[in-house]
Amino acid sequence: MSDFTSGFWNLYIGIITLASIAACAVLLKLTSRRRIASDPDKTPHVWDEDLEEFNNPLPRWWVWLFYITIVFSLGYLWFYPGLGSWEGAWKWSSNGQYQDEMKKADQELAPLYDKFARQDLAQLATDPQAKAIGQRLFLNYCAQCHASDGGGSKGFPNLTDKDWLYGGEPETIKTTILNGRNGVMPPMAPVLGSEGTVDVAHYVRSLSGLASDEVRASRGKALFATNCVACHGPEAKGNPQVGAPNLTDKVWLYGSSEATIIETVTKGRNNVMPAHKDFLGEARVHVLAAYIYGLSNTDLKPPAK
Amino acid sequence: MDLKATYNYTVVRQFAVMSVVWGIVGMLVGVIIAAQLIWPELGFNLPWLGYGRLRPLHTNAVIFAFGGSTLFATSYYIVQRTCEVRLFAGGLATFTFWGWTLIILLAAITLPLGITSGKEYAELEWPIDLLIAVVWVSYAIVFFGTLATRRTPHIYVANWFFGAFILTVAILHIVNSAALPVTLFKSYSAYAGVQDAMVQWWYGHNAVGFFLTAGFLGMMYYFIPKQAGRPIYSYRLSVVHFWALIFTYMWAGPHHLHYTALPDWAQSIGMLFSLILLAPSWGGMINGIMTLSGAWHKLRTDPILKFLIVSLSFYGMSTFEGPMMSIKTVNALSHYTDWTVGHVHSGALGWVGLVSMGSLYYLIPRVFGRVEMWSMRLISVHFWVATIGIVLYIAAMWIAGVMQGLMWRAVSPDGTLTYSFVESVKATYPFYAIRLVGGLLYFAGMLIMAFNVWKTVCVGKASDAPIPLAKPAHA
Repeated sequence: MSDFTSGFWNLYIGIITLASIAACAVLLKLTSRRRIASDPDKTPHVWDEDLEEFNNPLPRWWVWLFYITIVFSLGYLWFYPGLGSWEGAWKWSSNGQYQDEMKKADQELAPLYDKFARQDLAQLATDPQAKAIGQRLFLNYCAQCHASDGGGSKGFPNLTDKDWLYGGEPETIKTTILNGRNGVMPPMAPVLGSEGTVDVAHYVRSLSGLASDEVRASRGKALFATNCVACHGPEAKGNPQVGAPNLTDKVWLYGSSEATIIETVTKGRNNVMPAHKDFLGEARVHVLAAYIYGLSNTDLKPPAK
Repeated sequence: MDLKATYNYTVVRQFAVMSVVWGIVGMLVGVIIAAQLIWPELGFNLPWLGYGRLRPLHTNAVIFAFGGSTLFATSYYIVQRTCEVRLFAGGLATFTFWGWTLIILLAAITLPLGITSGKEYAELEWPIDLLIAVVWVSYAIVFFGTLATRRTPHIYVANWFFGAFILTVAILHIVNSAALPVTLFKSYSAYAGVQDAMVQWWYGHNAVGFFLTAGFLGMMYYFIPKQAGRPIYSYRLSVVHFWALIFTYMWAGPHHLHYTALPDWAQSIGMLFSLILLAPSWGGMINGIMTLSGAWHKLRTDPILKFLIVSLSFYGMSTFEGPMMSIKTVNALSHYTDWTVGHVHSGALGWVGLVSMGSLYYLIPRVFGRVEMWSMRLISVHFWVATIGIVLYIAAMWIAGVMQGLMWRAVSPDGTLTYSFVESVKATYPFYAIRLVGGLLYFAGMLIMAFNVWKTVCVGKASDAPIPLAKPAHA
């Protein structure tokens, strides 16, 4: 609980804080009383030919303003944490305030999200209220990477098509959001060599019918069979268990140009989708997963009443 | 003529002229990044023109190049004249000019290249930090040496503030810049995690308190009584507000870290000392404005006094706003919004900028052998253009900031956030446009000043005032 590594610092902070506030009060008290005996209106000094000083008394309203801030500070330090490890009479803490607000919100919102939790995801994806909430969640927590329409961008999958790295089943989508994903493609340049990397790139392009050098592609095919099939499969159709993409379709996470594929093969890729379980909570992720499922499954019908 | 018989105005002239040059550069970069917030394509996809690199260039240029050069010029001018002695260690004073100018040039090269320590207002990398430390210690030797050799019995109040500013900035800079160098261009902070953040904002807020406040109060305490021809309102008030100000500022840093990993006790103390700071800050404003009592009519005709007195009004406004924003519940709304940007600029454009310009308008003709600037009319035009610019700027940022704060915290009945972040960005566009207009006006004022200074220097002639002869022991 304590922020201090020893009891000394706790005392040190408390004493020095109170002493400093008291010092302000003493300074104010002394200067608002003191009189300069010889000439109360003007000090006797002159600088640079004509610079002089009056010695008018401190404006009373200003003195009171100063005292009020001092008294307020002492009161605040009684009620709130400030003097070392003194928690304050009201036991307030920023973390406690956050917990209280979250608890209150959770209680108020529980009936609404309970209603959603009872529906399966495919059904929930047709609920207009859930869709509206899901969209707001998506815009605040997902759009930064996946774009506000879910269309994705380089390195961040498009969520509106039917192509899924880890599977597009509603429950799979929910698992992805809850626990996050980390898709790793290792750098292959050390194994393939620079020529081999280009050969593999040509073979990969040939798989989806893109222009490629036949000789290079045939050499690449052999290299692919030894080095790539473990993840991408013998037919290069990918493997959703490890998030290895299907290389035979027209969907590209990083791009299909020869240069981009060579870069991918050479350096590898490390794709991270962060976990949202602790951050958003399962109830919200449930609604969010239904919304995302609905982005590509646009032909869902609401259940008959 | 015997050199000892005159004040050292050479270094004053150098810094005064360069402060106008740096003012133009710094404000131009400010205008560019304000425009980038409306038209991001103005970065032209060039890394060294990106907002993230130009923004520290802007802050460093206006604070340390423009503000710093003005502080050097005015403090050297004031400390000589109020001590009635030539500047101590003249060679070292010359070194501070060339050293400081070199630091500014190095900043202008390294920041666009992306060489940065990543600490706000302390971005420069360690070799430059070392140079700053050397120049600053030289500055301290020149300033305190002049005080020590003074021929006047008492130290004038302006010099208390300059002294506190020089001493504290040395400590702030050295402690916050402590770092482990890895290469010539890269270092890592000596502190970690929330402690690094706390040291950074202890530095950051005291940079405001000592660089941008104490030093400029020093200017205020000299140029207002001089220009108004009136004695300072209250010696007593200057004593209490000086000590309370320099003591209390030291504690205020944690208000930059409300609702973060910083422990609650530290946040509370930061907030309370920021509140206590209200009265000491206003003490300076009262002392400056009340100095004019009995001479209010001069405000109507004297554009330099307009600069100086209106700067104090902005000082009073931002030092009221600051303590309010440090209150946790207010901060929960204002933090991370453009309200903070508005607050900073009401202090920077309104207080620091205007008091600097007023002081330079007083000082520049006097070190170039003239009675006044080439055109008093242009000073008046500058004043109005700048003031309208400030009002547009800060009003736009206040509205934008409160709007952003309200949009970010709006929650729908289902517990989701009502707006996504990008919606608040979209809603801010009109205010960014108003801010740009305000900034352009302020920049235009600076160009008018530069023209006026150019003309004054052309018709004038560098001249050093004689030091008055020793007075009879006691008149």
